[in-house]
Amino acid sequence: MPSRFLQFRRRFADYLATFVAAGLSIFVVGVLIAIFAYLVIKGAGSVNWAFLTHTPKPVGEIGGGMANAIVGSAMILGMASLIGIPFGIGAGIYLAEYGRNRLGSLIRFTADVLNGVPSIVIGLVAFSLVVRRQGHFSAFAGAVALAIMMVPTVARTTEEMLLLVPQTVREAAFGLGIPQWRTTISITLATARAGILTGIMLAFARIAGETAPLMFTALGNQFWSFSANQPIAALPLQIYTYALSPYEDWIRQAWAGALVLVILIVSTIAVVRFLFGRSVLREAS
Amino acid sequence: MATAVEVRDLKAWFGKTEALHGINMAVEQNHATAVIGPSGCGKSTFIRCLNRMHETNPVARAEGDVKVGDMDIYSMPAVEVRRKIGMVFQKPNPFPSMSIYENVAAGLKLNGTRNHKDLDQIVEHSLQQAALWDEVKDTLKKKSGASLSGGQQQRLCIARALAVNPEVMLMDEPCSALDPISTAKIEDLIFELKQRLTIVIVTHNMQQASRVAEFTGFFLMGNLVEFDRTEKIFTNPSDKRTEDYITGRFG
Repeated sequence: MPSRFLQFRRRFADYLATFVAAGLSIFVVGVLIAIFAYLVIKGAGSVNWAFLTHTPKPVGEIGGGMANAIVGSAMILGMASLIGIPFGIGAGIYLAEYGRNRLGSLIRFTADVLNGVPSIVIGLVAFSLVVRRQGHFSAFAGAVALAIMMVPTVARTTEEMLLLVPQTVREAAFGLGIPQWRTTISITLATARAGILTGIMLAFARIAGETAPLMFTALGNQFWSFSANQPIAALPLQIYTYALSPYEDWIRQAWAGALVLVILIVSTIAVVRFLFGRSVLREAS
Repeated sequence: MATAVEVRDLKAWFGKTEALHGINMAVEQNHATAVIGPSGCGKSTFIRCLNRMHETNPVARAEGDVKVGDMDIYSMPAVEVRRKIGMVFQKPNPFPSMSIYENVAAGLKLNGTRNHKDLDQIVEHSLQQAALWDEVKDTLKKKSGASLSGGQQQRLCIARALAVNPEVMLMDEPCSALDPISTAKIEDLIFELKQRLTIVIVTHNMQQASRVAEFTGFFLMGNLVEFDRTEKIFTNPSDKRTEDYITGRFG
């Protein structure tokens, strides 16, 4: 039987550790709630039907909305995902299933560096690669910039999640005479699906709020545009322009835009996770 | 009696370390052959060479002749070998992303079978052979393979291996993670399965070897020390080392 002092000390240490862990978690959640609450207070009053369905009014006129920017953001993000996710998943598969070699280490290092490159630099790269070559700003150029930003995050999380799939699952497939490529696609990827999806959603949430890389690629637009080949409006750009303006009505709309952007990102993630997110890895080990 | 698997001068390596030093063995058709020996003696490596699973380890290599029927398995594509020679592993390893049905159908589906009627029939037949059908027939497509109990999972893995219709079934300590009742069910199953295919089973449990297998091979440090009828091995072994092992003097 440990001494009473020791018993007391152990119990105290246990309480303390629990208290600190719980306190820190509450702090993190609290910050998130505070940001969201502030957005709601400042922006909710200005989110109305006109805001969601109209384009911006000319300078000096009150009213109008960000409908074209909402659609523009959706288009840019859609295109960026179509380009970035396949590259990211492909690279992740290579790293996890074949990349235990020098080339693998090199790709891993490059991805980590790319992850740390400031987004404005990526914007400049897209500017010189796409905008300069085409001779005009475009939604596509913005999508390229954002896609480049998605790839390293998606690749590294895909790799991590595939490595979490037990080797015994791959062996079971090989034992049935299923070729390796088929095993990777139909079994390993399927097993790691929920985790890979989380990585994609992280990358998506990150690029959805990016402003800098869009400034000299998608440029922004005061009018409707549905073309990948034309300058297009995007929510972060519109928020940036409006928030810096001296007009009270625009600043009001910038808050509304920020609120709408956050709600759209959160609901996209929620819907995707609800549809495809059931984790099967827990049961595998 | 006919020979199902003929092994000649089989050597296997991990990197530079030779793990098997030239094994010769003739496995009888429609019988069970047990492979026993202390940990690290090469028995798992040996059966993993029989369906070329050994070489899925990037540093592993094997050399020698293994004939199954008239097929020389080291001169044909590995994936085809593994469809003819099924394997059941130590730890039950159903595919966690798949339902019970999909698990059993996986080997056929992922190799191109698309006919649903055929698949339904094969899945039912395989589960019946693995003595699992009655326990899962109502939740075939609803329940995940990983939601079953350990013993059921192992029988699911046996059904999955049976579905591709192999001639030989390799079992690598199939009961070592199971309780005695599940173990008894698997052993009963081995008796049934011998009617239509050949079984090679690695086991740590000598009682199990004597219960299920007609033939037993004793491995020690990468050599096949003795290979004979099970009865002979356990009652009157020819080699001193076999006797020491089965009487528990080492290992």
